[in-house]
Amino acid sequence: MGAQQRVYKAKINSTSSLRKIFKAMELIAASRIQKAVARAQAASPYAREITRAVSVLATQSNVDHTLTTEPETIDRAAVVVIGPDRGFAGAYSANVIREAEELIALLREAGKEVSLYTVGRKAETYYTFRDREIARSWTGFSEAPTGEHAREIGEALLQAFDTDAADGGVDEIYLVSTVYRNAVDRKPEYRRLIPLEVVEEEAGGQGQAAAQTEVFPLYEFEPSPEQVLDALLPRYIDSRILSALLSASAAEQAARQQAMKTATDNADDLIRTYTRLANSARQAEITQEISEIVGGADALAASGADD
Amino acid sequence: MAVLDVAVVSAEQEVWSGQASRVVARTTEGEIGILPGHEPVMGLVAGGEVRILREDGTLVRAQADGGFLSVANDRVSVVADAAEIVS
Repeated sequence: MGAQQRVYKAKINSTSSLRKIFKAMELIAASRIQKAVARAQAASPYAREITRAVSVLATQSNVDHTLTTEPETIDRAAVVVIGPDRGFAGAYSANVIREAEELIALLREAGKEVSLYTVGRKAETYYTFRDREIARSWTGFSEAPTGEHAREIGEALLQAFDTDAADGGVDEIYLVSTVYRNAVDRKPEYRRLIPLEVVEEEAGGQGQAAAQTEVFPLYEFEPSPEQVLDALLPRYIDSRILSALLSASAAEQAARQQAMKTATDNADDLIRTYTRLANSARQAEITQEISEIVGGADALAASGADD
Repeated sequence: MAVLDVAVVSAEQEVWSGQASRVVARTTEGEIGILPGHEPVMGLVAGGEVRILREDGTLVRAQADGGFLSVANDRVSVVADAAEIVS
């Protein structure tokens, strides 16, 4: 076998083993999307109830709470970037980071300092590589976030919020994450977490219609509206963080499935191209051999005729 | 007879939902018993057992830790950080 053919054969072999890996990763991602979406949906009754309760409190009590009142001056804002732990998900991580960068530029323009919080290894390495200061980072659960993780993040954020701006605390907290609507529709978005704007969120991935505005009955609060609000707000924040994490994990899997599908298709194309090239190299070799034989025979015949 | 629509919800999933004729829970102020027609209440759950008496007389016990309870229009939601059905 000629040298050229051997090179093509080697390329075909390595591409087809890569193809197998891509295909397997595509299938794994596809099965995990379902799981992630199911978890996002399972968590939605809680998000719904707590959102409703906070709305009731916000509309019925005239309680001023630090978490809901807009501070007069905002010196520093926290930006929480929710990214993936692993790559192989196409532009997923780049997109969410770009959204975060836009938000940071916007905040800086408004004269606010920004302190960064990251979730996921990819977001963390993006900023550490650029020597940007990260206030706190969490890694290792981007694919399977739990309530525990959301609580941990919520606690750290509230602690930063309770600290004075002069001591490095923040007055505003933003959440940047990818919102999963369905397998093809997902995009990075940022929302302000604190001070609160109570919103009905489309919980779960399936794009449930946001609950229609209802008129709340007059509630009796036990022990008092202030105390109920005190207890509910941190939970509301945790629940917002958890739903963002769950939605982002579904989006991550969907992005990974799409990226791996493209990679598999590309591998197929490459294998086809190399097979063609290998065939023509083999044919060229055969043609050359034949012409060598014919040439040799001709030369022998010619020299025999001379004798 | 009117019945209560009860849902016990934890941070990660809905733990139990169904109809009941009576719900007893412990709030920070003490035990509260809820029958159909109760006035709208929102209270903090102090932790411990929530007892749900179903229409057929069977009792569902749920362990709920930290959270709140809201009652309105015969709908009772027990929303807890962590909750599980005991029996």
